[in-house]
Amino acid sequence: MTRDAIFTRIVELIEPLNKKGVPLTDATSFANDLEMDSLTVMDLVANIEDEWDIVLPLNLLPELETIGHVADAVARLQK
Amino acid sequence: MIDLLDKFDSIAAERQAVLDAGGRDPVGVVMSEVLSPTRAIIAGRETITMGTYNYMGMTFDPDVIAAGEAALRDFGAGTTGSRSLNGTYASHKTCEEALKEFYGTKYAMVFSTGYQANLGVVSTLAGRGEYVVLDADSHASIYDGCSMGNADIVRFRHNSVDDLAKRLGRLPPGAGKLVVLEGVYSMLGDIAPLAEMVRVAKAAGAMVLVDEAHAMGFFGDHGRGVTEAAGVEDQVDFVIGTFSKSVGTVGGFCVSNHPKFEVLRLVCRPYVFTASLPPAVVASSATSIRKLMHNHNKRAHLWENTRAMHAGLRARGFTLGTATAESAILAVIMPDQATTLAMWQALLERGVYVNFARPPATPTGVYLLRCSLCAEHTADEIATILAAFDAAAAVVGVELKATVCAISGQQSPR
Ligand SMILES: Cc1ncc(COP(=O)(O)O)c(C=O)c1O
Repeated sequence: MTRDAIFTRIVELIEPLNKKGVPLTDATSFANDLEMDSLTVMDLVANIEDEWDIVLPLNLLPELETIGHVADAVARLQK
Repeated sequence: MIDLLDKFDSIAAERQAVLDAGGRDPVGVVMSEVLSPTRAIIAGRETITMGTYNYMGMTFDPDVIAAGEAALRDFGAGTTGSRSLNGTYASHKTCEEALKEFYGTKYAMVFSTGYQANLGVVSTLAGRGEYVVLDADSHASIYDGCSMGNADIVRFRHNSVDDLAKRLGRLPPGAGKLVVLEGVYSMLGDIAPLAEMVRVAKAAGAMVLVDEAHAMGFFGDHGRGVTEAAGVEDQVDFVIGTFSKSVGTVGGFCVSNHPKFEVLRLVCRPYVFTASLPPAVVASSATSIRKLMHNHNKRAHLWENTRAMHAGLRARGFTLGTATAESAILAVIMPDQATTLAMWQALLERGVYVNFARPPATPTGVYLLRCSLCAEHTADEIATILAAFDAAAAVVGVELKATVCAISGQQSPR
């Protein structure tokens, strides 16, 4: 899957959690822009892991601040 | 200068709002006297406690107190040292012997708290390039043990055997893995399907650790926990526990049959770099643990009390965390923070103490009143508590439904 396609799919997964209708771009941050608490982020990550059948360990989360970071990580880890 | 405490302003403001509204502070309860395992004086009023984890009522057991008094007199008030240096007394060894006997294991290691036992064992067992696989609803001490260590941390959906299997299947076959489970989950009081989970973990080549904090003393024939009740003692590599619940003192431990277990005393930092428990505490604990081996009447009474309270709350239309009483923890699910707080305060005003619990300690978004039963609660106390729930719900206007929907069992969103 291309990086663009990955990004599009991640946005689809986030959309139901985007209560305030924040514009979702590469630079959108989970904590600051989407105001997600850590539990919500962990649940989202579980869905992303399932979508691509990959492992995104919790200890990596501090480095995944934005949607772009997650898309890059998925692109790197996908089979 | 940047004030480093500014980042907590919103949390401080939330608490202040509770106090300004004239409410009692759910994290500021003071017990000015403790009358028994089930009674205390709170704000001048005699109160029945139903949120203490004092499952077996051992805090006032005469033998437990006598053992502590003797040790206090003969060995002094504290050890002023680490278990690894000058802080291991005869009583610490006696306490470890009692644990080995209780669990039928070859090894036991006593920590200063259960929190430190999880912190130490989880962070030490799995290192860089290895994996800790934990339930999403794990206790804070397990999460903190993960943060402290260098392993990669993988979380599976609460109590889902399929999700555990799926996530284990994604890990490299050659890497070391530790699966961390709890016998009883302390927020909703639901128990883990340990037999299936342990089978899946072992099939994936993982070692298994089970935290039995809320199960010691009344699950399984010997009271060893859900591990024993599920018949998987021989497959669980490490059991973590605490003295702060059924044992009725304070302290934590790990028991195991692993032949290399003793090395943990050298490498577990939360064991090495803190002072050991005071002699009185370990002496009381050892006596309590030994008594718990033979307390079948108390166990039976605890289960009776728990079932009576569950049935009583259910009959009144309260929503409970589990459809039946799975453990001695009953979670009364509340719709939101304001109702939970009002209900908690109304109960306290009627002489009943329960725990106020909210996210992030609870599973996503759930507010609850957490009740934990004690073997020493009397039938009268149970009736008084239920009457207080009735009255409090009427005052607060809690919506009571004739049918109770339990939230556990249904896949929690985490
Ligand atoms: C599941 C679980 N593990 C560990 C602990 C920590 O125990 P302790 O109070 O001894 O630190 C607790 C209690 O708070 C717990 O609920």
